[in-house]
Amino acid sequence: MATNVMQDTVISPKLSKSFRRNFIERIIEFGLLISAAFAVFITTAIVYVLVSEAIPFFEYVSVYEFLTDTVWTPNYSIKRYGILALISGTLTTTFIALLVAVPLGTITAIYLSEFASHKVRETIKPILELLVGVPTVVFGYFALMLVTPFLQTIYPDLTTFNMLGPGIVMGIMIVPYIASVSEDAMRAVPMSMREGAYAMGATRFQTAIRVIAPAATSGIVASYILAISRAVGETMIVAIAAGQQPTFTFNPVDSAATITAYIVSVALGDLEHGGIGYQSIFAAGLTLLVMTLVLNILGHWVRKKYTERY
Amino acid sequence: MAENNAKQLKDLDQIRALIQKHKKNDFIFAFIGMFIIASLTITLLILFLDLFFDGYPRLGLEFFSNYPSRKAIQAGILSAWIGSSLVLIVTFLVAVPMGIAAGVYLEEYAKKNWLSDLIEINVSNLAGVPSIIYGLLALGLFVYSFGLGQSILTAGLTLALLMLPVVIVATRESIRAIPVHIREAAFAVGATKWQVVLNHVIPYSYGGILTGVIIGMARAIGETAPVITIGALTFIAFLPPSPIGAEAPFLNFDWLQSGFTVLPIQMFNWISRPQYEFHVNAAATGAVIIVLTALMNGFAIKLRYDVRKKIKW
Repeated sequence: MATNVMQDTVISPKLSKSFRRNFIERIIEFGLLISAAFAVFITTAIVYVLVSEAIPFFEYVSVYEFLTDTVWTPNYSIKRYGILALISGTLTTTFIALLVAVPLGTITAIYLSEFASHKVRETIKPILELLVGVPTVVFGYFALMLVTPFLQTIYPDLTTFNMLGPGIVMGIMIVPYIASVSEDAMRAVPMSMREGAYAMGATRFQTAIRVIAPAATSGIVASYILAISRAVGETMIVAIAAGQQPTFTFNPVDSAATITAYIVSVALGDLEHGGIGYQSIFAAGLTLLVMTLVLNILGHWVRKKYTERY
Repeated sequence: MAENNAKQLKDLDQIRALIQKHKKNDFIFAFIGMFIIASLTITLLILFLDLFFDGYPRLGLEFFSNYPSRKAIQAGILSAWIGSSLVLIVTFLVAVPMGIAAGVYLEEYAKKNWLSDLIEINVSNLAGVPSIIYGLLALGLFVYSFGLGQSILTAGLTLALLMLPVVIVATRESIRAIPVHIREAAFAVGATKWQVVLNHVIPYSYGGILTGVIIGMARAIGETAPVITIGALTFIAFLPPSPIGAEAPFLNFDWLQSGFTVLPIQMFNWISRPQYEFHVNAAATGAVIIVLTALMNGFAIKLRYDVRKKIKW
């Protein structure tokens, strides 16, 4: 934009030939470019570090065994590395979190976008933002010290470490993400569509469910995918409250480890640099990165492909 | 005639009943929405209050001036809060200049080509990478390849990487809000591009950038997983060397290489212990972290609100 302005203007020869001035401009532009290109460097570095540390691991454990075995026992004398034992924990806690977060988040979003008055919305949105800022280690404390004991009063057989408590807390943590992204998507639907529906005699609820929600589907689905990606990568809540024993189970009342919890438990012990235990956390991390990357790309694609243009 | 009237009346009644039904649905949904938001807020409020009351007995001056100890009642968060502060200094010094520079480049300088596209994709992608992956990156790269060890410098750089996308996005958004004619006016009086950026674009987008910086710093305070992954110790009963010396040159940088712990790791360590007394310490630390992050985020939200209200081009 700005360069066009420059081209059309007659520049005083004194200025345009100032070598020093142009040189400094170039240097600064290059410096800024380096800062921006640093993002590319970080991504490359992440992939490089994870892959280069995981390659020696996969020489020890075959990729097939890694992906199909259901036992993960890095500390036993017979070491087995079946990532499914960690993925089962990750998927179970994620699923519980979504069961909580998707209905609550969606209803909150519809309410805020279509029902709430301006004043209510302006009060609740900052509260949601504050909740997004609460550190996850605090949510982990809630899960272990408050929610699990509460669940034990309903279901006495529940063990101290289980996937249900942290799953529920993770769901509560994710509600603001779904609510704010979905609300943005619904607010972006043009007013004329609401007015059209109201003119036909539709109520607010009918308009919200049959007109606004379908028109904002891409944004709402993208918010769900973002939520899954958050839940899969969430670390502290599950590391604190779900136990750190890798078990192949989908039962929410069992104790199990997620991919992230395993990485934390290994990092807390003494890391023998270059050992198989050290390399195993990079293999686990690579699996996690692939999972979240697929989700992020999917979310991006949904938003791009199904965005309605008005 | 009478029959027709009766039919019309009946239809009218049906329509009225239908309207009543839909109005009722409307009301029910509004009620459900309010109920969910209220119960969510109340649940979280109960959880927070419980945390505060659990930790309250420990929240005194001594808690901030004592080292962690094997005796829960004597344990404090001195090394943790000093560690957190020093790590944040490094994070701030790295992430803020780089983030603003990257944001300025993408908004003001970048031409529409493959390089800018590549950078954009990477920035938005980095925001979605789980924080623990940054921890693994730091473990492989900073700790072992660069040989920085499990130091304050490593932790600060790791959190800086996490914070970078937040600062970049905030910078870009607030720069985008500045109208073109401001730049045109500066160009018209002979300013170079950098002069326009330094004297006009950055000062005018200051509020928005500051909001992003504060939100990013609040996030960095609470981040636990990446700092654990680089192998931060959980029991630290010493302080890093002081950054300010008594003799010239008054500044020393030995603290960068020092071992450390941070507030959320201290809290995690106390949660993991079986004794109840340590859980009280954990709750007290949690209260400190929550107050700190809530104050920062609250200030940032207020700041953004004020900036939006004040500026009308």
